[in-house]
Amino acid sequence: MCGIAGLIHRGKRSDIGSELSSMLQSLKHRGPDSTGFALYGMPEEGELVMRFKVAEQEDMQRGFKIHDEVKERRALVDQRMLEMGVNKKEEEQVTEYAYRYRFSFDGDIKRLTDYIEDIEGAEILSVGHALELVKDLGDADTVSQQYGLTAFQGTHAIGHTRMATESDVDIRSAHPYWAYPFNDVSVVHNGQLTNYWMFRRAMERRGHRFISNCDSELIAVYLADRMDLGDDLEAAMVRSVDELDGVFTYVVATADRLGMAKDVMAAKPMVLYESDDFVALASEEVAIRSVFPHEIDTYDPYEGEVKVWES
Amino acid sequence: MGELKNTNAQSAGMHTEQLSGRTQQVFFDVESRENEDRFLYPGAFEVDFDKHGEIDAVDLTAREVNTQIRDLMKDGVGSITIKNPGAKHSFGVGLLNRLNLTFEGSLGYFGCGLNDGPNIRITGRVGWSCGGNMMGGTVVIEKNGGSTFGNAIRGGDLVCKGDVGSRTGIDMKGGTIIVGGRTGAFSGFMMQRGRMIILGDAGMNLGDSMYDGIIYVGGKIAGLGVDAVEGEMSELECAWIERKLEMYGLKAPNGAANLTKIVAGKQLWNYDNLEPAEKKLVL
Repeated sequence: MCGIAGLIHRGKRSDIGSELSSMLQSLKHRGPDSTGFALYGMPEEGELVMRFKVAEQEDMQRGFKIHDEVKERRALVDQRMLEMGVNKKEEEQVTEYAYRYRFSFDGDIKRLTDYIEDIEGAEILSVGHALELVKDLGDADTVSQQYGLTAFQGTHAIGHTRMATESDVDIRSAHPYWAYPFNDVSVVHNGQLTNYWMFRRAMERRGHRFISNCDSELIAVYLADRMDLGDDLEAAMVRSVDELDGVFTYVVATADRLGMAKDVMAAKPMVLYESDDFVALASEEVAIRSVFPHEIDTYDPYEGEVKVWES
Repeated sequence: MGELKNTNAQSAGMHTEQLSGRTQQVFFDVESRENEDRFLYPGAFEVDFDKHGEIDAVDLTAREVNTQIRDLMKDGVGSITIKNPGAKHSFGVGLLNRLNLTFEGSLGYFGCGLNDGPNIRITGRVGWSCGGNMMGGTVVIEKNGGSTFGNAIRGGDLVCKGDVGSRTGIDMKGGTIIVGGRTGAFSGFMMQRGRMIILGDAGMNLGDSMYDGIIYVGGKIAGLGVDAVEGEMSELECAWIERKLEMYGLKAPNGAANLTKIVAGKQLWNYDNLEPAEKKLVL
């Protein structure tokens, strides 16, 4: 069934890492398989942040050689980034297989990411000025602790707790999805798209790559593609409600916006809390209560509804 | 109710049955005495409404809260207040007893379901499926409600003073649902008995595939579902609606007589009396 959540602070930054972590932890019962965070920090002028991994968590249990292989893969990533003219400013090894790089780069992001992902086991989770995408197996507390997210400061964030139904329990199938190769666009989704393959093939013909067989990835790529064609976020979302078939509620974030859309059947839940300086939304109110324990007024958005907020 | 049209299916021999519209709710004789005439559930607790109890749910699970409610009733407490429910799920369910129960705050999913008897007030909002399968008593929510509000209720009054989500009263089999604000799509889907009063707007596919029962709407209707048709209001039902709304401090925006009444057209295939083999011939 999966749990989704999002929050946005209007005009200020806050401890979004710990806030989203407690929201997702309270949705653990909706999906304990994996947890993912798309956090929007404070971008440095002209710099990009890339989150990537060079193996799945379960790969690390397969023999002794994998530990050396992981090091070799990372060295290859470094080498290829250098070849592409990337000016690396900071690097951080978060787990044995996951990394965070901060760099400046004037070239083609798609070419860079394609070149890196050509390395066996390498997968770029996100690239953006503000976006940092983290996902791994386990509940929110486990992932948040593992990746040191509690101190993360920023303006907005979206997250997901996954109940695996149609694809494997691995990081590749975990949400959120970055809308490769578009900077700073991420999506979490609860539901099921029934015209997934039709749209995926259309997107692939347009040159987009998919790293998973998860229908949620399509929403991210679809929205980013529409924005690339000239739609603003809200227009792309309204179009998605019309074109994507199935039952779904999704939350999307860009560098400065947060949006939600619900299908015309309104079959998947979403509760909203909105004040002048803060918006929180989640599959269940109990998640919003984890950051607002006092009484608040919340409501359910209706069928076919699309909403967008700016940070 | 509007005249039923003579359709091709009817010309071909299909028979449309007019249902009575009576609910499955049991109406007790006001002269009956509760204990001697046995309209209490076996094992129901004898409670005193003047005896008060309180539970702070801040660190409690649904099971712990529901067990503590039962324990208080066992001690004869007839008025219970639950503080800090924190939008947690499945509070106040399976109560087959007379009881005044107040939640000071909001409930999560599946709150106050499967009840028969208690009068419940919720000062906050409720999540999905509030009052599901409720058989009797009242549930009054001061703020908004989620989707599938009052799913399959069989009796009692379920009242939300704010807006509710989609599929309100889905599979409703009796009782009354009152919504002070708006309701979403597919409200009254497959409704079988009972009455629903929506004072605000209703979403698309209202009353889709309803078998029986009545939906009254005060605002705009985005669209009627399959086999839902407009009916005519009678003076008697206007009086009933006004009395019912008054009980909960609500009022129809332009008077009960101006509500739109929606009933089942009863033109769907399931109203015919044909054998499967005959159906094949007709279809």
